[in-house]
Amino acid sequence: MVVPLEYYLGLSVALFALGAIGVLVRRNALVIFMCIEMMLNSVNLAFIGFADHFKGVDGQMFVFFVLTVAAAEVAVGLALIVAIFRNRATVYVDDLNLLKW
Amino acid sequence: MMDYIWLVPCFPLVGFLINGFLGKRLPKNLVGIIGSAAIGLSFLLSAGIFLEYLKLPAAARPVEKVVYTWMSAGTFQAQVAYLIDPLSLVMLLVVSGVSFIIHIYSVGYMYDDPGYPRFFSYLNLFVFFMLTLVGANNFLLMFVGWEGVGLCSYLLIGYWYEKQSASDAGKKAFVVNRIGDFGFLLGIFLIFWTFGSVNFREVFRLAAEYPVGSGVITAMTLLLFVGATGKSAQIPLYTWLPDAMEGPTPVSALIHAATMVTAGVYMVARCSALYALAPFSLTVVAAVGALTAIYSATIGMAQFDIKRVLAYSTVSQLGYMFLACGVGAFVSGIFHLMTHAFFKALLFLGAGSVSHGLHGELDMRKMGNLKRHMPITYWTFLIATLAIAGIFPFAGFFSKDEILFHSLVNGNVIFWGIATTAAFITAFYMFRAVFMTFHGESRVDPHVHPHESPPVMTVPLMLLAMLSVVGGLVGIPLIKGLHFFHDFLAPAITPVVHEAHYPAAFEVALMMFSMAVAAGGIYLAYRMYIKLPDLPTVLAQRFPTAYDLIYHKYYVDELYDATVVEPIKQGSDFLWLAVDDKVVDGAVNGSAGVVAWLSAHLRRLETGFVQNYALAVLLGVVLITGYLIGR
Repeated sequence: MVVPLEYYLGLSVALFALGAIGVLVRRNALVIFMCIEMMLNSVNLAFIGFADHFKGVDGQMFVFFVLTVAAAEVAVGLALIVAIFRNRATVYVDDLNLLKW
Repeated sequence: MMDYIWLVPCFPLVGFLINGFLGKRLPKNLVGIIGSAAIGLSFLLSAGIFLEYLKLPAAARPVEKVVYTWMSAGTFQAQVAYLIDPLSLVMLLVVSGVSFIIHIYSVGYMYDDPGYPRFFSYLNLFVFFMLTLVGANNFLLMFVGWEGVGLCSYLLIGYWYEKQSASDAGKKAFVVNRIGDFGFLLGIFLIFWTFGSVNFREVFRLAAEYPVGSGVITAMTLLLFVGATGKSAQIPLYTWLPDAMEGPTPVSALIHAATMVTAGVYMVARCSALYALAPFSLTVVAAVGALTAIYSATIGMAQFDIKRVLAYSTVSQLGYMFLACGVGAFVSGIFHLMTHAFFKALLFLGAGSVSHGLHGELDMRKMGNLKRHMPITYWTFLIATLAIAGIFPFAGFFSKDEILFHSLVNGNVIFWGIATTAAFITAFYMFRAVFMTFHGESRVDPHVHPHESPPVMTVPLMLLAMLSVVGGLVGIPLIKGLHFFHDFLAPAITPVVHEAHYPAAFEVALMMFSMAVAAGGIYLAYRMYIKLPDLPTVLAQRFPTAYDLIYHKYYVDELYDATVVEPIKQGSDFLWLAVDDKVVDGAVNGSAGVVAWLSAHLRRLETGFVQNYALAVLLGVVLITGYLIGR
């Protein structure tokens, strides 16, 4: 059974939009972080879909890169969040607005 | 020896460098020795060159020695080079000789001054520039010396800079001189523009092809004369010289009597070839000289500061020199320059010796009967006074008489009348100074005990007194062949004088008459200040307006303040407060203000909420993508 490209892309767009909205509206830094992961994975999905559609391997290769970057990002990001929490006892981004004006 | 002429100005320069950089660390006596020895060496070398020059055959004269080419651009050539001719030799000898004597005097006079090394280094620097000025073979190098002596004059007038009046006087001298220098510079430009050269001999050779009275020559000579009025303190730029008396007395003697202020006369005589082609300029020179001579002589009558009397006397005598040049008797002008250097330096040094003995007192109303305490100072001062009054056989007699003679036969009766009247006034106020200072009742502050100066000061006085006595004998009139000065100097000067011969009786009669005039002035001073000491006060009360006018120097300083200085100040205030503060600073501050105002509002975008930034990024991406797709 062949899944049409439109399905892949539709799901990818939906995931990406959900992630973006989550980044913009959620207050908890951890949740924002998870939303970013979701956006990355929606991109991965699009790559896979195109790779399948065009019968190439380039898309699949890129997915590995994205996964690597995402892993590194998680390592740095979580460390930052832990550090902030230790300092400020909060991870709500509303409270982290010192860098203004 | 002529090859070493560059050493003549170099000795003082070396003295300046040593005393200027190391003076504070050297023992005091050594500083004085270095300063004086540098000038002494210059004098000896000049004398050697002079003797060598006398032996040269006429065809080999004059000599030019090029040290090196200073600049060379296209056809323009400026060299550091020295012209050895009678005129520059006379000036070199007079300048280095008188400077040497004054340096020795300064060793004693300035001994207790904390700035001793500074004083000697400035003095040496001055002599360096002065020798450069008179030795130069082109206008540009002369201008270097010209500006240099102006600088040293400024430094030395303001030598006691912690005194407000001294530093003001220095500034005044500098600014007034700059006005004259501007004219001088324009004159040099015009000369280069016209002749394509600044070398004296080249310029004079080319100028000879122009007709007498040509406009361009008249213009350049007038411009040069503007420079001369500044440096030599002639109307209208003379006001700085009386104020320059704020400097130490040796400075007044050296710079403001004997050497620097005569630079203008030297320059006019040097350019005699140009002036000979410009009768109008000559008339201007003569008229300004005659006017200055009588004008400042009248001011000298009512001054009480002994140095100011001498200062006005200097201005007046410089007027004589210009009068001589103006009627074409350049040699007589230089002759008077030389004798004046001797006796006026002596007068100033005598005044310095008096103030040294009275702990700095310069007001003649607080002197009197000093003859008893300072015999050497008195007698030398008297000799100089007789010389300046023009009494036979002192130096001033010969030179002044020549000027009077030429002003009559080459000028006209008006010039002669003015000059003779000025001679009368000169004799009067100079003897007034002698009588008030050395004769009559003592008005000295009882706490002050007058005393004679040490030998290091009195020996220079005696040397100069000797020169004031015999200095005129190099120019004996009437007998042909005995006027050595004239015969020696003649080749360097383009004569304007028509060598008409007048009967000896006429000349003798004129001499007798001018002697009688001088004697009359002396007698009047004697009547007023010895016989009837109340008379001056009575006269001052009888003619209050005239006295007030003279006492306040005709209010010329006030006039200049009102017409020149104040408008410039107000103009500067306007430029400062309106143009600079409002327009220039306004533009700068205004642009900064606009940026500050914009940023004050734009910074509100920096909310600190990371999600706002993320939204902005997203919107940006959407917009750019939308644009790329919809294009």
